[in-house]
Amino acid sequence: MDFDFYLSTMWSVLKALPLTLEIWFFGIAFGLVIATGLTWLRASGYKLGEYFTRAYVFIFRGSPLLVQLYLIYFGLSQFDFVRHSPILWPVLRDPMYCTIVAMALNTAAYESEIFRGALRAVPVGQIEAAKAFGMPAFTRFRLVTLPIALRLALPAYSTEIILMTKATALASVVTIMEMMGTAQKIQHDTFRPIEVLTCAGVIYLLLNLSIARLFAWVEYRLSPHLRPPPEQSQQIKPVPEVL
Amino acid sequence: MSANPAAAANAASSSNEASAISVKELRKCFGDHEVLKGISLEAHKGDVISILGSSGSGKSTMLRCINLLEMPDSGEVRVDGELIKMKQSRDGHQAPADIRQVERIRANLAMVFQSFNLWSHMTVLENLVAAPTHVLKRPRAECLEQAEALLKRVGIWERRNYYPPHMSGGQQQRAAIARALAMNPKVMLFDEPTSALDPELVGEVLRVMRSLAEEGRTMLVVTHEMGFARDVSSKVMFLHKGEVDSVGEPKEMFAKPPTPQFKQFIANFNK
Repeated sequence: MDFDFYLSTMWSVLKALPLTLEIWFFGIAFGLVIATGLTWLRASGYKLGEYFTRAYVFIFRGSPLLVQLYLIYFGLSQFDFVRHSPILWPVLRDPMYCTIVAMALNTAAYESEIFRGALRAVPVGQIEAAKAFGMPAFTRFRLVTLPIALRLALPAYSTEIILMTKATALASVVTIMEMMGTAQKIQHDTFRPIEVLTCAGVIYLLLNLSIARLFAWVEYRLSPHLRPPPEQSQQIKPVPEVL
Repeated sequence: MSANPAAAANAASSSNEASAISVKELRKCFGDHEVLKGISLEAHKGDVISILGSSGSGKSTMLRCINLLEMPDSGEVRVDGELIKMKQSRDGHQAPADIRQVERIRANLAMVFQSFNLWSHMTVLENLVAAPTHVLKRPRAECLEQAEALLKRVGIWERRNYYPPHMSGGQQQRAAIARALAMNPKVMLFDEPTSALDPELVGEVLRVMRSLAEEGRTMLVVTHEMGFARDVSSKVMFLHKGEVDSVGEPKEMFAKPPTPQFKQFIANFNK
């Protein structure tokens, strides 16, 4: 085993980690914004909104992210109006922006489905209690529906975020030298795929491990009511006969 | 008319005080099934009305129509003399004309549910404070103080920082009653408060309810607890197949059942 080579490869790939994290962060941040909008459209009860979200999810969940990325980066520049648009062209000629746009659009489709499922899974009784106490719709949503739905969505959402971490590797096919791009370049230069790809794989593993741990921690913090009860140290007194 | 005339006369003459709740000719269908066939009810301040009836008689639906958790198809509901304004929606059903009014009225009608429906992600104390601070906009410190006092009253102050899933059914229901009391409601609606409890836990909840009745609170109680209906309530209302079968003083009603249906109903309980 050539430890020096492993170390130098590790170091080179790690230097590309900030770029990977940048794509990852902006991809999921914009994705979350779009997903929130889609969920709202879907839940609003407007037929048109429902059809739009259904079509959106069908397209972006049903086709490969790679195809979407190619269409956005290579495809859209075919159109003259895109190349001459002062707003679209600065975004769409940049592979970095294109990757972020593709990831955000793609993950939004999955996340909106996750959120829709979570909202529907909030027990009716919890919402009815909020209604019966006179809470207006927004208060009801903020105090009861949303906190419960977020907890329900978290496990599936964390899986989606991990999928997105791995999807950042696709940026390498549109010339971005993030971790995967860097690894591929070293591989081409050295013809040592096992060592190089192992290094990249290990870094992705560790990255996803920390993301999973982070979500597990958040989930733990948010769900004291789902853990076993605290020690029954205090004895409960029976209700006095005369209150 | 559906209501028995003696019952109607009884309801009208029982008191001259302002009625806390007045329901007239309430109708409600679920699909083809008519659950409420024109129900009327009058509750005066301080009344404790037990609403009895076999399952499917419409008693829970009636209670849920009062705070509009269920939308009645027709009929009117007045709370403290104020009519809940309704309008026809486009699909031909009734809908509240002014949701703000409904929310204001609901805040005066605290409800206790069969399955407690405490907010599971909040501690007991937070459950008690949530609605008073966010709906009535009372200061949090004052609400916390009141909440602790109420929890002491229902005997679960030691559990104030527990989450509902960590408590027994009886403790949860007592917390739910305390949550309702925290709103200082004009009327309390109980929807089968003891039906989801183990038999040995029913007593603790009934004791709390009895103490509320004794301090003169206005309560509508949908229940299967014959003892509570007979001994604690000031009026008993028996629903049969979506209609008011009989209304009356509990002692008289149980001693001399006014209708064969009610006689049959209590006979089944005494078996």
